Amino acid sequence: MDPILTIAIKEFQDGVRNRWFISITIIFSILSLGLSYYGAIISGELQFSSISSIIASLSSLAVFIIPLITLLLSYDAFVGEQESGTLLLLFTYPISTHQLLLGKFLGHGLIISISTCLGFGSAMVLLLMQSSLDNIIPAFSLFIATAILLGLCFISIAYVISLSVNEVSKAVGVSLIVWFFFVFVFDFTLLAMLIGIKDGLTQGQLVNVMLLNPADLFRLINFASLMTEDINGVLAVAINASLSLYVLILVMLSWIVLPLLIAAFILRRKTL
Amino acid sequence: MTNAIVSLKNISHFYQKNQVLNDINLQVHTGEVLGLLGHNGAGKTTMMKLILGIINASKGEVEVFGQNPSLKTAISTRRKIGYLPENVKLYEQLTAKQVLTFFARLKSVNSTQVIELLRKVDLYSVMNKPVKTYSKGMRQRLGLAQAFLGRPKLLLLDEPTVGLDPIATHEFYQSVEMLRRDGASIILCSHVLRGLEPYIDKALILNKGHIVTIGTLETLREKANLPISIQTQGIDDMLEKDTLLSPFLVSPSILNVKDKDKIATIKRLVSYEQLSDLHIESPSLESLYQYYLTENMPINRIEAV
Repeated sequence: MDPILTIAIKEFQDGVRNRWFISITIIFSILSLGLSYYGAIISGELQFSSISSIIASLSSLAVFIIPLITLLLSYDAFVGEQESGTLLLLFTYPISTHQLLLGKFLGHGLIISISTCLGFGSAMVLLLMQSSLDNIIPAFSLFIATAILLGLCFISIAYVISLSVNEVSKAVGVSLIVWFFFVFVFDFTLLAMLIGIKDGLTQGQLVNVMLLNPADLFRLINFASLMTEDINGVLAVAINASLSLYVLILVMLSWIVLPLLIAAFILRRKTL
Repeated sequence: MTNAIVSLKNISHFYQKNQVLNDINLQVHTGEVLGLLGHNGAGKTTMMKLILGIINASKGEVEVFGQNPSLKTAISTRRKIGYLPENVKLYEQLTAKQVLTFFARLKSVNSTQVIELLRKVDLYSVMNKPVKTYSKGMRQRLGLAQAFLGRPKLLLLDEPTVGLDPIATHEFYQSVEMLRRDGASIILCSHVLRGLEPYIDKALILNKGHIVTIGTLETLREKANLPISIQTQGIDDMLEKDTLLSPFLVSPSILNVKDKDKIATIKRLVSYEQLSDLHIESPSLESLYQYYLTENMPINRIEAV
């Protein structure tokens, strides 16, 4: 069997045994079903909200949850193996470092992808069966696909972290800092620049800066496909800049590939 | 012997500015079991990593099966090597069968060998239980089964008996002996010397990155010329009065004699009719190790075998 596939199967088995797979699926299911079904209660209605507000709510929540879950899933991918001695052992096996990296990425990617499809897909199935809303499949498909991409971005970032430190505890700390930066600090800084500095950022510059954050890219892609009156703040300004969906997805893909290349570079030079 | 499967020529290695190995020369031949002995930090693990190709030597030449093991092209060499690192924790969430199947696939080893090895190391009955439920001895046996995958021609074991009880240690060495009988060469790195002696052909004593000595145990004993211990029974009173034997007494019934005096001493001892038993013990590996580390003799004064 191909070493990449062998490593991927092992990572997946590990994820299942650790109950990561089932936990992620349940969290995503509860979130999506809850938001889809009970989301309208806040506005005093007991019926399904509009598809745009469901996707908007799901995106706002997913942008916090997915990066956190994926970082927690994969922060110890290498440093954990280094501490347990298995990384040293794997280096003596007839496999290359890029096979090891890709195998792990495939395994972790599968866990996130299947959990996302099952978790968020359950809300889509519920809506299809019990509501007469339009555009459920296209809206949910885009949301699920970008949620998977967001997960893959943060798996790649977690690998860079995991390979850059020598202790699992440090990897946890750095992962939490990275998560906090991308989902809170980055946007607050942008907002401060928009409000606080007169002529600080043009609309075009704002979008360009947002491309530097995979979490913002995820929101941009999903919100751009909805009606803009549902969206306020920095995102509304950015969405109006109307960058093509393909460009945004391409940038998101580069957020997967670039950290992976950096991780491969570090792994090749890693001394144990 | 010319069929060296491991060859280290003038190896020196530095971690930043610290020299951890200094001018190491070593050859390991087919079917040989080498005990790599030394205190913690002596350079044993670094030497193993060089042989495994995990690190490149700062100076000198490493060849394993005629190839530099650190090259990307040394895939075939890696297939012939089995390795058990010190204190390794093998994916504790997975079962023994899953762990071994994973490593077998990476080495392109047939899955039938997984079951065969699990039986050999006596883990067959618990192979579907997670490794985290295993005792230290069971984990170590799983590690050994991992190292045995693909019937390696060279086996490197780093501190394999640390934390094992005497029975588990004995069982462990019996498993190693099994592979040795199949013709594999084994490098056994340890600072626990008790019980190691019967299983090694040659010992290399390493101290602060230098080879202190290397050779067969016989050669090391000859060179050290440490006294042989003779324990007697039934003649304690007579020994004390015997002017020829009394200088060798270290206790009422034990004599320590040099090798050259051995035969004469034994002949005299058996001349006593009251002698009911006699036990002769050569210097142990522990005392040899202690002797060579204290003496710190450089290698060129001792002829390697």
